[in-house]
Amino acid sequence: MRGFFRRLLASALLCLLVASRALALTPDEALRIASGDNDARIAALAERLAAADAALLPYLRALLADEVKLAGGKAYIVRDGKAVEAGSGAAATLPDGAEDVLNNNRMRRELESAVAALALFSPERDRRADALRQLRDQVDEGKLGLLEKAEAQETDATLKAQIGMLKSAVLISSADKDKRLFAARALADSHEPATRSLLLERLGVEGDVQVKQTIQTSLNAVESRLAWGERFGLLFTGASLGSILLLVALGLAITYGLMGVINMAHGELMMIGAYATYVVQNLFRSFMPGAFDAYIVAAIPVAFVASALIGVLLERTVIRWLYGRPLETLLATWGISLILMQTVRSTFGAQNVGVENPSWLSGGVQVLPNLTLPYNRIAILVFAALVLAAMAWLIARTRLGLFVRGVTQNRRMAACVGVNTARVDMAAFALGAGIAGLAGCALSQIGNVGPDLGQSYIVDAFMVVVLGGVGQLIGTVVAALGLGVINKFLEGLAGAVLAKIMVLVFIVVFIQKRPQGLFALKGRSAES
Amino acid sequence: MTGASLTLQPRGQLFGTGGWLALVAAVGVITVGVPLLNLVVSEGSAFHLSDYTVSLAGKILCYAICALAMDLIWGYTGILSLGHGLFFSLGGYAMGMYLMRQIGRDGQYKSDMPDFMVFLNWKTFPWHWTFSDSFVFQLAMVVLVPGLLAFVFGWFAFRSRIKGVYFSIITQAMTFAAMLLFFRNETGFGGNNGFTDFKRILGLPIATEHMRVTLFAITGCTLVAFFVMARAIVNSKYGRVLQAIRDAESRVMFTGYNPVAYKLSIWTLSAVMCAIAGALYVPQVGIINPSEMSPAASIEIAIWTAVGGRATLIGPIIGAVFVNGAKSWFTAAFPEFWLFFLGALFIAVTLFLPNGLIGLLRQRKEPRA
Repeated sequence: MRGFFRRLLASALLCLLVASRALALTPDEALRIASGDNDARIAALAERLAAADAALLPYLRALLADEVKLAGGKAYIVRDGKAVEAGSGAAATLPDGAEDVLNNNRMRRELESAVAALALFSPERDRRADALRQLRDQVDEGKLGLLEKAEAQETDATLKAQIGMLKSAVLISSADKDKRLFAARALADSHEPATRSLLLERLGVEGDVQVKQTIQTSLNAVESRLAWGERFGLLFTGASLGSILLLVALGLAITYGLMGVINMAHGELMMIGAYATYVVQNLFRSFMPGAFDAYIVAAIPVAFVASALIGVLLERTVIRWLYGRPLETLLATWGISLILMQTVRSTFGAQNVGVENPSWLSGGVQVLPNLTLPYNRIAILVFAALVLAAMAWLIARTRLGLFVRGVTQNRRMAACVGVNTARVDMAAFALGAGIAGLAGCALSQIGNVGPDLGQSYIVDAFMVVVLGGVGQLIGTVVAALGLGVINKFLEGLAGAVLAKIMVLVFIVVFIQKRPQGLFALKGRSAES
Repeated sequence: MTGASLTLQPRGQLFGTGGWLALVAAVGVITVGVPLLNLVVSEGSAFHLSDYTVSLAGKILCYAICALAMDLIWGYTGILSLGHGLFFSLGGYAMGMYLMRQIGRDGQYKSDMPDFMVFLNWKTFPWHWTFSDSFVFQLAMVVLVPGLLAFVFGWFAFRSRIKGVYFSIITQAMTFAAMLLFFRNETGFGGNNGFTDFKRILGLPIATEHMRVTLFAITGCTLVAFFVMARAIVNSKYGRVLQAIRDAESRVMFTGYNPVAYKLSIWTLSAVMCAIAGALYVPQVGIINPSEMSPAASIEIAIWTAVGGRATLIGPIIGAVFVNGAKSWFTAAFPEFWLFFLGALFIAVTLFLPNGLIGLLRQRKEPRA
């Protein structure tokens, strides 16, 4: 409660402050900012801005909202049909024939950056931080005076340092050599990618040897700092790709790794999961717009069940007749994938459909100035870990898992001791298909959802399973994360396409050395 | 696969009298019948073959060569390749490079360089285009490049005993990687658009009816020649070993044979056959682009073979004709349903027709004893 009153008091004081300072903007100055050619207006604006005049703020806002009109050598603010004289704030009647003040884009930009600059004096720290972020790209020599004032007044050490950086970014192109030298030294502490390009640019233009050397030293310092952000960024995007591959490959690890079924329709089961997410999203949008952000929570089980049901259908009608004939299974499931793709194309159209992130998954968290981790990628990392944990538990700890392992190792023996192998096959296939659905649900949050969604992942997914080795989840995990990071690392060196080709070649060569994959099952399973 | 071994012809005799007669008849139809019906018979006549039909038939015969090649490696040796589309395309590209050079200055930009190179602002030919204006050199490339690739790939794969589904998936990855590579402009193969807009072959205009019929006849004769060769192979001792590898590779090894040499040689031969089909395909269809290397294209080759009947030689040819005939009919009449049909075909053949259409016919002929 006391906090609330204190805040109330502060805002009341601020109102008073603004009201008393309002006198500082004279009607004449208000007029000069509103009329004349752009250069003159900008000069007048800069003059007032240098005074850090808080009264300017409402006037600038009015200008930006097109509420200012000119008549008879005076500027008026017209709001809700009532006119007041700009500057003095006195109520007035708008003379006939008042003209609107026109702001072209250049003027608008100036006004906006002036508003941002004035926000540097806001009593709230967050507002000031926002203003600094906004000013970063728009700072020029005209705002130098203002920045100095803001720096003197700033109490927060971080923000103070940031204002200093901003000042240096202006000063580095100053005509005065000492100022340039000072600025070049100060910029060495920057964490911003923008500073690097600024320094690079100045390095080319700078004439003075001493300043040039200083700039070079600062540039090296900034670059080595930025390099860390880039390294972490690489690791994160690699892990993110790895988590996606893991989700895609986990389902295959069951159907192929444990059951020996080559499911070429796996990608299409993912696509069905993604479309299920799309349908759920649309239902929420139509019937429960208030709870739209929660749709993804409902979509996860729906995607699982939808794909799992189709998986059961496929297993019962086609795949169970083909156990033990992997090449035939491959062709039949390829046929299934064609049918599923065309069905979706006929139902939803050949175009991609739009799946929106819920608001809590859009945006990201800024870890370093040049490293922002998007929430949806983080969510997929977490989701992949959860699915993996659930699956590991299911395989290692439950009765179904025990049966699946038993049937995998020796189908006949399992049947002899009373395991209903047909039912185990069906359950395992449904599980694999359902996990594909989950992967599709996750993919819908980061990529396009279209009939071809599955095709773009299927080769990668098989590579993961082949590389990881058949029959063990840990192999799939290591292979997925490893491939993700290696792929992203090579992408940085050679570009996306060459990286992919290099990875494929690497896998082909690797298989030469270890035909059973990274983690081969030990034992005497004789070749057929 | 069962039953196939029972249908072997006695060794030493390629065809019976009827077989030889049928072959001669086929060659006659291809070299004399079709050209006459297309060129001489007037357009109003019921016996006239339209230009469209001839070029479609030529295209399908190229596919039939692919299916035959696939049959040798899959039907007779038990190795399912999902990379034959790559060999087909490589042959096509080698031929396409020569055809691009034959355009000369008749392209859009009136330059000595192919249009796409002018477009990319290239001043000189990349190294692999050096001899591309020589027909003989490019013909050699049609055979050598895919042959060498298949040999090296196969040598690594078979030596480390990669087989079954593993091999299939690796070949799929190989063609997928190649597709990505050919999609890039820097590779120097025209990127997305590939090669098209050909004008001449050996200095003769390519889009005339005589050229169409000639190319058709060459393709047909190549198919017949490959058919005879394939028959000779599967009837030989070498062919018997191949089938033994298919049925029980471990036993072949234990009886003292080294399967690697057998598998590698038939794999390379099969790849070269596919490449020659690709080289015949490009001048007839008038375009080659990286989509021919997509995994889907390679799998389709397998289904032609499966539909006709694996481990028979006439089966794959019938399968290729049947599937591609159906494809051109569907895509004209019901484009929506083509993928449904193709998908259903994949499933139906694997579930109900393990021996393909030929198996179905034989069952009819010889009711179960």
